[in-house]
Amino acid sequence: MSTLTPTVPAKPARGLRSTEGKAPRAQRESPFARVSAMIVMGVFTLYFLVPIWWLLVAASKNRSQFNSTNPLWFADFSLFENMGNLIAYRDGVYLKWMLNSAVYAGGGALVGTIIAGMCGYALAKYNFPGRELIFNVVLGGVLVPATALALPLFLIFSQISLTNTFWSVFLPSLVSPFGVYLARIYASASVPDELIEAARLDGAGELRTFFTVSVRMMVPALVTVFLFQFVAIWNNFFLPLIMLRDETLFPVTLGLYAWNSQVNQIPVLRDYVLIGALLSIIPLIIIFLLLQRFWRNGLSAGSVK
Amino acid sequence: MQIKKRAAAVALLTAATVVLTGCASGSTTSGGDAAACEPSEGKVDLTFTTWIPGMEDVAAVWNEENPDVQVKVQTGPNGNGGTYQNFFNQLKAGNAPDLGQIEYDALPNFRVQDGLMDLAACEGVLDAKADFVDWTWGQVNFGEEDAVYAVPQDAGPMAMFYRADLFAANNIAIPTTWEEFAVAAEAVRATGGYITNFSQSDINQFAGFVWQAGGSWFENDGENWTIDLASPESVKVADYWQDLIDRDLVSTNPPWTDEWNNAYNTGSNWTWNSAAWGANSIASGAPDTSGNWSVALSPQWAAGDNAAGNWGGSSTAVFKGSKHPYEAAQFALWLNTSDEALTMLNKSANLYPAAKSGLELPALKEGVEFYGGQAIYDVFAEASDHVSPDFIWGPTMTQVYNDTSDGFKGAVTGNGTLTDALTSAQQSTIDALEAQSIPVNK
Repeated sequence: MSTLTPTVPAKPARGLRSTEGKAPRAQRESPFARVSAMIVMGVFTLYFLVPIWWLLVAASKNRSQFNSTNPLWFADFSLFENMGNLIAYRDGVYLKWMLNSAVYAGGGALVGTIIAGMCGYALAKYNFPGRELIFNVVLGGVLVPATALALPLFLIFSQISLTNTFWSVFLPSLVSPFGVYLARIYASASVPDELIEAARLDGAGELRTFFTVSVRMMVPALVTVFLFQFVAIWNNFFLPLIMLRDETLFPVTLGLYAWNSQVNQIPVLRDYVLIGALLSIIPLIIIFLLLQRFWRNGLSAGSVK
Repeated sequence: MQIKKRAAAVALLTAATVVLTGCASGSTTSGGDAAACEPSEGKVDLTFTTWIPGMEDVAAVWNEENPDVQVKVQTGPNGNGGTYQNFFNQLKAGNAPDLGQIEYDALPNFRVQDGLMDLAACEGVLDAKADFVDWTWGQVNFGEEDAVYAVPQDAGPMAMFYRADLFAANNIAIPTTWEEFAVAAEAVRATGGYITNFSQSDINQFAGFVWQAGGSWFENDGENWTIDLASPESVKVADYWQDLIDRDLVSTNPPWTDEWNNAYNTGSNWTWNSAAWGANSIASGAPDTSGNWSVALSPQWAAGDNAAGNWGGSSTAVFKGSKHPYEAAQFALWLNTSDEALTMLNKSANLYPAAKSGLELPALKEGVEFYGGQAIYDVFAEASDHVSPDFIWGPTMTQVYNDTSDGFKGAVTGNGTLTDALTSAQQSTIDALEAQSIPVNK
């Protein structure tokens, strides 16, 4: 959605150009560049929206219409019936998965944000030997894809018999190197040393200073970290795939994937995968809409430093 | 690094396997771990990983009857979707479940990596041979007389689904040989339809055709693997389909896509040579054609034969490291031979049993509405009797499927031939085995 906003000022710009006549290239875009940029963005918007549209349409059809009607337009509207079937299937295991995802993603992102915030704040505001070394190691962590860590994590969790438990997915979700990075950058820019000094003079301990004073100034960064973590954990599929065997612990991504892998032999699952996929993006949309403005502020704060 | 280590580990395991099997076949001493299979003391908890929906209900029945042996069902995506990789990870970490579902074509991989417990010494397992359709037993003992590496669960004997109404309306005889099938293909094409679809990526289906023709893709003499992807039988089947493709007598839609379903739903495709479990796939993919389908035995290479191929099917294996192989074996036998369990599995997951008694289940004797009331499973039961026991899978089937399917995709677009694809997959399979230090005859 937000990708469309930059195109809005197009009209006044065009008016200006016509009164001024020839303008230096660097300052004025040619109409050709403007139009082609619009076209490119339009194409990309379509590219991203069409699959979601397809999903919505497909999820609203019953099984016999799924193959025999136009894939991009509605047939008989049985979206709610399909939802009912999905929720009833196997005693509501789908709801259990959604709840699991919410706990993994919500809880993991919340705790992960607090840890990342404290860590970044400490790296920004305290002087201690090895500070840069620690920060660089954490930065190195940004470069390692989470997928590459899944198998080593499995072997480690096997040693302590924690595989196939809630903790095997929750604990690794608490760590966010990028969050530490963002929190440090933001804290050093937005939390003045004088303020911390003042809090100390007033007798507040370090923890109290952090939670009552500094956190408030770091809110945009923390919300960004929270969003990043939430989305990352919600979409994280590989770690649960490797760790979990117990269906009641699955997040929704893994559950839907497991169903989808059996569609050929148990065709009824296809309906559930479609409607389930549609429902599973709703929490992400909600959380994005709620926190969108913080997200953008936080991103730009990180990017210019 | 990881890969090197893994390859080294595999090489070591393979060497160990070779030594073990070498001993077993060379002398009369019992092979390795088969010796110990005693009941455990006290209450036993077993874990069983499977992707079959409804398995926990079946296990609940067992748990009710066997308070001392409690089975806990774990689940995940299907084998190649990640569960096999999980099994290998767990075997490496030493926390594999006691029991796991493994498809026949993946068993040799686990065998080569030494992940399977030989159940021959467990009470009743060797005797159970008579309870299962002959060829399924060959899939789980790899031709070793006194070894059993898994208990057969389900099977996919192949037959021909066809549009009875269209054949009748156009006065085309139902083909009983592949020769007649090609002739009928011309007649069907003349009406504007296609007699069937050649599936470029269902290599298991193609393997089923080769299986029916009496070929096998692999062989293992206890030490070395011989790879026969381009065996005479295989080439015969490939040439046959290549001819149909060249003459535009079969469609080439990618399988399991909307396009493919639609071709069946609109009546432009007339037949599908598929397994017993395919009955539901058509019913769901082509709902508008309900009542118009029938099932007949597959067309034959020689008139009067009754050979059948197989597509799919899985087994219940006990993993190395299980502390309770005896109880695990008992559960696997009950799961796959008792009418109660087989009925439940057929109902919840449409499994077609590998046990002889399972073929007589009431649910498999009824007429099926989608097929005009025909008792279609009688046809599959007959096919099941005539599946050759000699088809053997290799240890790197995922790679074989990928490489062959790459070649097949080229062939259906006029880029090379099916036989070329098999020849090149033959070479890449030899390379793949050598890369894993699995001994192979060149």
